[in-house]
Amino acid sequence: MARKKTIRTIPQERTPVAEQDPGERVKNFAEVSHGYSTEEALLESERCLMCPEQPCVAGCPVSVNIPDFIQRLSDKDYRGAYDVITATNLLPAVCGRVCPQETQCEGVCTVGDTLEPVAVGRLERFIGDMAITAGWASIPYIEPSPFRVGIVGAGPAGMACAADMAKAGCEVTVFEAFHESGGVLRYGIPDFRLPNEVIDAEMGNLEKLGVNFECNTLVGRLFTIEQMIDELGFDTVFIGTGAGYPSMLGVPGDSLNGVLSANELLTRCNLMHAKEFPDYDTPMPPAKRVAVVGAGNTAMDAMRVCLRLGADEVYCVYRRSRAEAPARAEEVHHAEQEGVRFKWLTNPVEVLDDGEGGVGGIRCVQMELGEPDDSGRRRPIPVAGSEHDIDIDLVVVAIGTNANPIIGQTSRLALNKWGYIETDEQLATSMPGVFAGGDIVTGAATVIEAMGAGRKAARRMKHYLGIHDVDTPYFVEGAETLFGIDLRERNFVRVRVPESSV
Amino acid sequence: MAREDFSDATYLLEVHHPMMAKAARPGQFVIVMSHEHGERIPLTIADYDREDGTITLVIQAVGKSTREMQQSCTVGTSLYGMVGPMGMPSPLGQASKVLCVGGGLGVAPIYPQARGFKENGAYVIAVIGFRTNSLVFWQEKFESCCDEVIVCTDDGSAGIEGRVTEGMKLAISRHADIDECVAIGPPVMMRGAAEVTRPYGIKTMVSLNPVMIDGTGMCGGCRVKVGDQVKFACVDGPDFDGHQVDFDDLMARLGRFSVEEKAAMKRWSESCRMAQQVPETGKPTE
Ligand SMILES: Cc1cc2nc3c(=O)[nH]c(=O)nc-3n(C[C@H](O)[C@H](O)[C@H](O)COP(=O)(O)OP(=O)(O)OC[C@H]3O[C@@H](n4cnc5c(N)ncnc54)[C@H](O)[C@@H]3O)c2cc1C
Ligand SMILES: Cc1cc2nc3c(=O)[nH]c(=O)nc-3n(C[C@H](O)[C@H](O)[C@H](O)COP(=O)(O)OP(=O)(O)OC[C@H]3O[C@@H](n4cnc5c(N)ncnc54)[C@H](O)[C@@H]3O)c2cc1C
Ligand code: SF4
Ligand code: FES
Repeated sequence: MARKKTIRTIPQERTPVAEQDPGERVKNFAEVSHGYSTEEALLESERCLMCPEQPCVAGCPVSVNIPDFIQRLSDKDYRGAYDVITATNLLPAVCGRVCPQETQCEGVCTVGDTLEPVAVGRLERFIGDMAITAGWASIPYIEPSPFRVGIVGAGPAGMACAADMAKAGCEVTVFEAFHESGGVLRYGIPDFRLPNEVIDAEMGNLEKLGVNFECNTLVGRLFTIEQMIDELGFDTVFIGTGAGYPSMLGVPGDSLNGVLSANELLTRCNLMHAKEFPDYDTPMPPAKRVAVVGAGNTAMDAMRVCLRLGADEVYCVYRRSRAEAPARAEEVHHAEQEGVRFKWLTNPVEVLDDGEGGVGGIRCVQMELGEPDDSGRRRPIPVAGSEHDIDIDLVVVAIGTNANPIIGQTSRLALNKWGYIETDEQLATSMPGVFAGGDIVTGAATVIEAMGAGRKAARRMKHYLGIHDVDTPYFVEGAETLFGIDLRERNFVRVRVPESSV
Repeated sequence: MAREDFSDATYLLEVHHPMMAKAARPGQFVIVMSHEHGERIPLTIADYDREDGTITLVIQAVGKSTREMQQSCTVGTSLYGMVGPMGMPSPLGQASKVLCVGGGLGVAPIYPQARGFKENGAYVIAVIGFRTNSLVFWQEKFESCCDEVIVCTDDGSAGIEGRVTEGMKLAISRHADIDECVAIGPPVMMRGAAEVTRPYGIKTMVSLNPVMIDGTGMCGGCRVKVGDQVKFACVDGPDFDGHQVDFDDLMARLGRFSVEEKAAMKRWSESCRMAQQVPETGKPTE
């Protein structure tokens, strides 16, 4: 440990991770990747150079102290590694699985300049999974404060904000429209990528912090944001309702029965368990030959769900090339392994009728890449006379989502021209005491960015309420115990001080 | 939960949810899950009582979920989940003479609208249609809040003979100054109603019932064609201009899962028979 590692002394190969065989896994919904064993994690942790300049930390949207946790892991201080991660990221087992590490921490890792970067995501997942098995939770001593905080939406943004506000001693209630919490983690990302047990376990930690959940509550309709502040007695409110209003194709045949959004497909399958129909009541559209339009994470998930539901042929229709596909690299790779047929540089122009109200095929044109557009990506342009039909019976549309209109329809909050909630740099909205973050502010982004936004808003909310962070002063460097209680087991039950005595 | 059965297939549930009763407006709906493995099924709020804190639903047992609820939702039980109110409240505008048309099950959800218009000071004519006399319900409720009530039955066993469109024609012939019409019922009926008013240029709102899942605008499953636009009925509706709605599209989309629904129904009835659970119906409970 004392010996300084160099790029030549570390294990040269990135430690591979065991995965279910592609031929086998397309028949089940069990997780694709098995995750590292302890030996594998220890081996991979050796590859970190402990760079003093820590580019990976800067690459992480919530600045997890990556070298610090890897060092602890390598020293077999697993609980220590968990505490380091959860100081900034409350969902390590989730993020280790779904973050686009290749464009974040791993994308800037020094080792990556010469070799394959350190597998930060897999190490994070290893620690997160170990915590779930061991039942660890990072629950600091909480100094009660007299404030009530309302959180709208139980997705990653709302969760992260709820955790920070609960740690600041506030009474936090999370309102969720669905009957289960988790947001996209629950209804969007399928089990084979993120098992429900992992979400349950990491969400469970929020309940341990004293956060209350009110599911089946559609804010805006049951009560408005204004009412939360004026009538329901919330001192401050955070809105993290996500961007789940799917765009449809807008081409002829769009409303045929075999055309549906990826959100609908995934919600039926994941949240409503249509994959277990008829054991659960929600049905799934029949699909033998499927075209999924788009190449983001949502599209990859939809394709792989269709394969697992028994489709014979699944096409990915995307108007740009593979290099521009917005999905995580690993997801594209997995989809390829599982037999998805990619039609890069192909754009649908019409969905064809089968004569009975269903889909008989999809008409596409070939595209070529022209000059870069506003997003910096080369603009696809149609090739004249390249129309061709693909024979399919289901079209799944995964070309992006827009802002959900409900909060906008029912409150006076200022929205931008696309309908997203307008905020300042610190995520304050136009209404005093009301903050917003995650996909409902930025448009569809990532889990970790949404969590980062939730935490950023929480900082501002504490400031608004006049709360000083109480976490830190109690963290005495080097101390093993606090008030005679082992710091490693800081599972204090929250004490609520009666209002009269505050 | 309280309950009343109108017929073998139609029953009323009164669910205690004070906060929702406070928020509900005419035209809105709820989504109910009766058990953890259940479907999310949308049901219109047929009435609400702010004082008692209750929401009234009138349900027709058409398939597996609704029949299952017919058996399981008895007095004192609770639902696994109920979320709402959802959708935009109906715009109860400045109309001074209104025709409120309800066919079959649409009779229940038209009631809060009729009452709402009345409270806004309009002259309200209700046209309510049923297949036959024994299926008639809520006539007195309408009579207590409407200026005129026209009952239609397909076989003429109560009120006038014929479909609601006949009742509408009668009302229009008596009142040339009707300035708004609201029609709720099966899609065919709403289309018929919209055709009756079209020549007179009477603004006609209909309440659409496409297949829904989330009811929050997240899946697009409930999309309908209105004029040349695609709308999500759960957040942009469920009320739309009946003269603009593409009813063929709506009806085709309602059949999306007919194969699976039939299969589920069949499996369910078989399992019921096996368990010797003959559905109890027609027994009013309070
Ligand atoms: C299929 C799919 C796969 C993805 N894969 C990845 C991935 O691999 N990696 C990654 O980083 N990102 C991925 N993303 C993106 C990521 O999931 C989102 O950016 C992130 O979840 C946004 O978090 P959020 O908290 O802003 O919103 P959401 O997760 O959308 O949560 C919003 C919550 O608010 C609730 N809500 C909405 N309106 C109301 C209301 N009026 N009242 C009460 N509750 C309400 C919703 O039901 C929902 O639960 C994926 C997205 C999808 C759809
Ligand atoms: C806004 C709205 C308001 C409604 N209000 C009422 C009401 O007040 N009373 C009432 O009895 N019914 C109402 N319905 C219809 C009711 O939701 C369906 O009858 C019910 O979902 C059928 O479920 P099932 O399993 O019993 O029947 P199934 O066998 O599953 O289906 C029977 C028929 O119901 C329709 N249907 C099925 N699933 C759905 C779904 N998830 N959403 C919408 N329609 C579906 C289909 O056209 C199908 O052919 C309403 C629907 C909508 C969209
Ligand atoms: S950049 Fe890579 S090698 Fe350097 S500290 Fe971060 S993870 Fe370790
Ligand atoms: S029911 Fe899903 S968008 Fe309307």
